[in-house]
Amino acid sequence: MPRIRPIRTEAIVLRQRPLGDADRICVLFSPTRGRIEAVAKGVRKPLSKMSGHVEPLSRGQFGLAQGRSLFVITDAQTLDPWSPLHDDVERMTEALAMAELVDRSTDAEVSSGPLYQLLRRSLESLASTQSPAAVRRWFTLRFLDQQGYQPELDACVRCRTEVGPEGNGYSAVDGGVVCPNCHGAGHGQRLTSPVFRLLRYMRRSSAQSTAQVRVDAQASAELERHLSMSLEQALDARLRSSSFAEDLARAETIGRSAVQSAAESEREEQRRAAI
Amino acid sequence: MQRSPATAPTIARLIEAFHRLPGIGPKSAQRLAYHVLRAPRAEAEALSEALLEVKDSTRLCAVCQNITDADPCAVCLDPQRSDSTICVVEEPLDVAAIERAGVHRGRYHVLHGAISPMDGVGPEDLKVRELLSRLGDATVEEVILAMNPNLEGEATAGYLSRVIGAMGVRITRIAHGLPVGADVEYADERTLRAAMTHRVEVDREEGSD
Ligand SMILES: [Zn+2]
Ligand SMILES: [Zn+2]
Repeated sequence: MPRIRPIRTEAIVLRQRPLGDADRICVLFSPTRGRIEAVAKGVRKPLSKMSGHVEPLSRGQFGLAQGRSLFVITDAQTLDPWSPLHDDVERMTEALAMAELVDRSTDAEVSSGPLYQLLRRSLESLASTQSPAAVRRWFTLRFLDQQGYQPELDACVRCRTEVGPEGNGYSAVDGGVVCPNCHGAGHGQRLTSPVFRLLRYMRRSSAQSTAQVRVDAQASAELERHLSMSLEQALDARLRSSSFAEDLARAETIGRSAVQSAAESEREEQRRAAI
Repeated sequence: MQRSPATAPTIARLIEAFHRLPGIGPKSAQRLAYHVLRAPRAEAEALSEALLEVKDSTRLCAVCQNITDADPCAVCLDPQRSDSTICVVEEPLDVAAIERAGVHRGRYHVLHGAISPMDGVGPEDLKVRELLSRLGDATVEEVILAMNPNLEGEATAGYLSRVIGAMGVRITRIAHGLPVGADVEYADERTLRAAMTHRVEVDREEGSD
């Protein structure tokens, strides 16, 4: 076998899966080499020196040697553990959505500096923000822009007339904003003026500034709908991690209704005992 | 898997069956298959009987979801154990490990996995509903989350805290930090931070808590 020089690279760990009894396969995302699958040996043993340094949603410096079919991680040193992304389940969920998006849309051995910088900046903002969902939506729009799906926000995607802020629609299939006339003719979903303005603001502002914009629940829900439809259009699939986001949003309701149904069955038992 | 045309189909089938087991590579599978081939018939019979018996006579305990041959299982029936705490774990082997250490005298609940959002594994794929149904009345005062300290464990613990928190039951999570025998030098930042956060007084007498 020809000897290949080991590689040193900075990377963000996107995900892991177990391999055999003690190892894991890590999916790394490197600015110069794109997506790399590499084996982290022995990291499922309790005294592994490497295990804490290959956790998903962290940034590190890695040494990689070419193995028979996959790379093998020879050393790993965390540069940024992004602890808040692990300690808070809501931030974690949004971070996983970003990681999944990158994981699905990048190829091995393709340099991907701009996407790497976007992911890194977004995860950094996510680690410090009070509005995790807003940061993830910002990332989604910027991701679409960067990957060539750039939603049109200036001219109607059907008749090319320039649009104002009022009375528009949004069509993910056609790739952006629809003017009031075309929207009246049945094209696109309703795009309210605050959400239209916010989309344009997100395109020219940082994640931090976007996260500071006050958005009511109705507008965030609308924005979420438009962006996720554009994303589905681009990926031709739904993100797996989005169903966990839904589970999480329902969690407290599930807890409360579990208490209620227990109380009801107790009352039912008492009723039966009384008869 | 490589298979030479000289391998008889029946042996190839056995090799493939071994290969499907976790942690068994193609070489080990071959070695196991030829071991069975050369072993006395009684040994092969004992193996096949043990395999079938484990499938036929074990099931999940209706209460704690652990693997058992009597339902409810011995732990759930043990009158010496406290009903007021439930320790929630990912896998049956975790119950075995905690029992070996003898550090928990309450009950258990086995989830049979952990939430893995990127693999599409959610709460409905685990024994979460069964856990919630055990928390309805006031018997259980504390739920101890003993998930693995990794991303899936954190997602699972985060989700369960939300649901169980809304039920008004006290939730704790086992501490994590440096394992016994580890070097501080090699510890990652998050482990060190956890170890610092959960540090304890050293001037207390041993075993006096
Ligand atoms: Zn138009
Ligand atoms: Zn049981």
